[in-house]
Amino acid sequence: MSELYRELTDLWERAVYLRDIKGEDWEGISSVVEALEELRRDFYERPLDEARKRLPQLRSRLVELEELAARTLTPYEIVKIVRHPQRFTLQDILENVYDSYTELGGEGEINIDPAVVVARAMISRRVGDRVYLHQVMVIGHEKGHGEEFREGGSAKPWGNEKALRYMRIAETEGIPIHFYIFTPGAYPIEDYPGAAQQIARNLYAMAKLKVPMISFISEGGSGGAEAIGLTDLRLMASRGYYSVISPEGAAAIEAKLREGRPPRDLVERCARNLKLTAEDNLRLGTIDRIVPEPPLGARRRDYAFFKRLRYEMIRATDEVVLQTRSLRTFRKYVLSRQNGEEVPDDFGIYVNWELSEDEKEILLENRSRKYREMGRWAVCGRASRLKTFVEKGHDLGTRVFHGLRYGVFRQSHRALRRMFEEFTQEGSAFLKPVTDPVKTVYNLVAGKRRRPPRIVSPIERLEEQEELYVSPLALEDRTVTCPNAETHGCPDLWVPDLYGEFCGVCPNCGHHFPLEYQWYLNNIFDRGSIKEFNEEISSGNPLNFEGYAQKLAEARKKTGRNSAMLTFEARIGGISLIVAMLIADFRQGTVGVAEGEKFVRACDRARITRRPLLALIHTTGGIRIHEGTLGVIQMPRCTLAAREYVDSGGLYIVVYDNNSYAGPVASFLGCAPYQFALRSTRLGFAGPRVILETTGKPVPPDYHSAENALRRGHIQGVWDRRELRLKLYEALLTMGGRNLYYR
Amino acid sequence: MAIEHRKINALLQKLRSLPYRVHAVETPHTGYLREFRVKEGEEVHPGSPLFVLERERNPKLVRARVGGKVRQVRTELTERFVEAGERVLEIWHPLSQEEVISEVLRKALTVIHAPETARYILAPEVEKRVRKEGPGRARVEPGEDLLIMTFMKRETPLRHEGPPMVIYRIFFDPRELVPAGAALVGLCAPDEVPYLDRVLARIREEWPRS
Repeated sequence: MSELYRELTDLWERAVYLRDIKGEDWEGISSVVEALEELRRDFYERPLDEARKRLPQLRSRLVELEELAARTLTPYEIVKIVRHPQRFTLQDILENVYDSYTELGGEGEINIDPAVVVARAMISRRVGDRVYLHQVMVIGHEKGHGEEFREGGSAKPWGNEKALRYMRIAETEGIPIHFYIFTPGAYPIEDYPGAAQQIARNLYAMAKLKVPMISFISEGGSGGAEAIGLTDLRLMASRGYYSVISPEGAAAIEAKLREGRPPRDLVERCARNLKLTAEDNLRLGTIDRIVPEPPLGARRRDYAFFKRLRYEMIRATDEVVLQTRSLRTFRKYVLSRQNGEEVPDDFGIYVNWELSEDEKEILLENRSRKYREMGRWAVCGRASRLKTFVEKGHDLGTRVFHGLRYGVFRQSHRALRRMFEEFTQEGSAFLKPVTDPVKTVYNLVAGKRRRPPRIVSPIERLEEQEELYVSPLALEDRTVTCPNAETHGCPDLWVPDLYGEFCGVCPNCGHHFPLEYQWYLNNIFDRGSIKEFNEEISSGNPLNFEGYAQKLAEARKKTGRNSAMLTFEARIGGISLIVAMLIADFRQGTVGVAEGEKFVRACDRARITRRPLLALIHTTGGIRIHEGTLGVIQMPRCTLAAREYVDSGGLYIVVYDNNSYAGPVASFLGCAPYQFALRSTRLGFAGPRVILETTGKPVPPDYHSAENALRRGHIQGVWDRRELRLKLYEALLTMGGRNLYYR
Repeated sequence: MAIEHRKINALLQKLRSLPYRVHAVETPHTGYLREFRVKEGEEVHPGSPLFVLERERNPKLVRARVGGKVRQVRTELTERFVEAGERVLEIWHPLSQEEVISEVLRKALTVIHAPETARYILAPEVEKRVRKEGPGRARVEPGEDLLIMTFMKRETPLRHEGPPMVIYRIFFDPRELVPAGAALVGLCAPDEVPYLDRVLARIREEWPRS
């Protein structure tokens, strides 16, 4: 009796699940659900035989439908599977994959951020008749089965901060970290520590975290997923999705909707175009391996799947650890992986997950290599063989030259000088006659000392030459009203004055009107000092997103450039530096594969040549949605490159202008130690419209202003455009590490 | 400080005959009045566009600062050059109950203004009394501290000089910074309280709540 009822309930749940995924009017699924509901409702009123008779029919019909559904799953239906309340969550994984766990920093609702769960867990493996226990740190998003306070797994900034704190603890204790990503995206809120800035900090720390890290993606929503996604091995559930934006969001952008819901078929098309399924991501190389699920996705009680997941997690950790030891064992181990349906109980090998100091170094090298190679295949605009060969030679040449000139020579030079200084400081009069001749001889041998740039008064140094560049905006004979005229009583401004003499700044209140990027090239850097490099790397359409190729061609025609990122060498007051600049004219300064690659190369060039690195953000609209996850992985890639540059003792400055939002701010810009914004800049994680849609709360109009960003501690200062050159010059002289060529 | 009943009566009469505050909208500067965005009799809210004034090829949208009904729209000015300070239309703002009450009280009470920009709190004694008896009943005696002005952790008592009075209205919020010159409290003589109560009761009856 109750047995029968349970069976009935189980069938009904399956039918409802299927209906939710495929829609109400798919293949008569609704009639099956209704029949089952009716049986359940009148279960105790009717004779038992009737239910017994009808159940097998319904079951076979349902099984038929499920098979059909599994064959015809569309990407958008996969997204619906992932969002379904019956899908497994992190709590289920902690219960079923790990032997025991202790949640840290929260219990249910009593939590700094219930969307992020951290736990110390034990995972065991059997080898022969011995059982080994491993300690791991588990960090992930908890969607909660219908628990509203979890915000569906959207981590707030302080949730990500909690994750980072426990990552550091795991590093201290030397235990691996297992990340579980179940997030539709980060919660867009600017309060300290700030959604974007905190994600950037997480990425920055994870780039060099000295423990093996594995991530498992079920729902990978862009930046929120990336916040705990820069790992050594990325697994993904076969029915999960990993995407740069939700299909609905992409549809809203494509349809240029200001509000309201995009049509269903457009959403379907966008989901297909975004290439967000596990197979797509594996093909694009943004993940390493797929963990197979049942055809319609794993649910809370799929114990076979949990067993599989446990096997895969242990194997993945083993592989990461073995990669740091011996390649031969690693290869053998990889080959021994069981890909079939059956998950072996016996691992047959025990791997100790603790790393020695040398192994940690190798781990970091492997990680760096992995992310540098990730998605490289999609870079367009490769030069010919010969050219690359010549460039390689040139690169090697610069590396050796700069290594010698600023490394070896500088070091010995320094050491000797210090020795002399110490001698002279001893000040002993009888030593001086001894050291002086030696000094002169040394100076003769070492050749003429190249003086570092003499620090002179900036006025003398930054003497402006003849003003040649005139902004095309200044060629109109009309006046404009300053937006602050109401509050500050600004007079109307005559356009030729405003865009000429005033540098686009209202002289009364200091409001900055937007200027074109050429103005900066001509007014910030020494005249004629700009030398572009890598300009041939161009944005492509790696996902063959419908209609995107035309848009790209338009952008190329309009700007005469191949991507939104300019990288060049320039000088400010005689100090040579490397600049990476995102420009608004090319697709709103969005970042894709080409832009990311150019940034990485700029970081490397700055590191090798020991130049300061300036990221001048004319505007950035985030990650380019048309490049899908290939765009998203630019976040970890560029952050890693920036981190390696900063670690090498350089100076990395970011200057924001106009609008800077989303992905880039949440990664390679937000991680910079020195970030400045020009006045009237808006910067943050998500724009007001997205905030309204996702949180349901409108934000005040000045929510993203530079002043507020400074108030929240996201940036280190607000600069005036008229003083930008001088400010940058001062920054170059007074900030940064010890490894700059002029130090 | 006796209340002049005739003045109050005249004021109430005036408000009753014209329950609006008339805001004249004038041109902020010279220019061509390109188009009106409102029609006669239309309802506007603060921030609604009224008309476009163009000077030096810079069309400037003039917006409403108060809500109310648009009256006296001078459509004949369309596409004409106007001088600065030209009256273009009027916004008749219907007075709410609260606005009428504050207008009457401002006329009737002895108002104490903030001498400096600072935070203000009622003196503890007075506050105790106000809490016990409610505003409009609590008295303040001559020579007693009425308020405490606190600014940057520096506290200055404000003493009440003169005859004993009743604290009839409190205009400030103790958590907010009060700008210099803003009204703090309204006082009246103890024998005027019943009269004022009656006046307020009548206003509450006559004016619609909004």
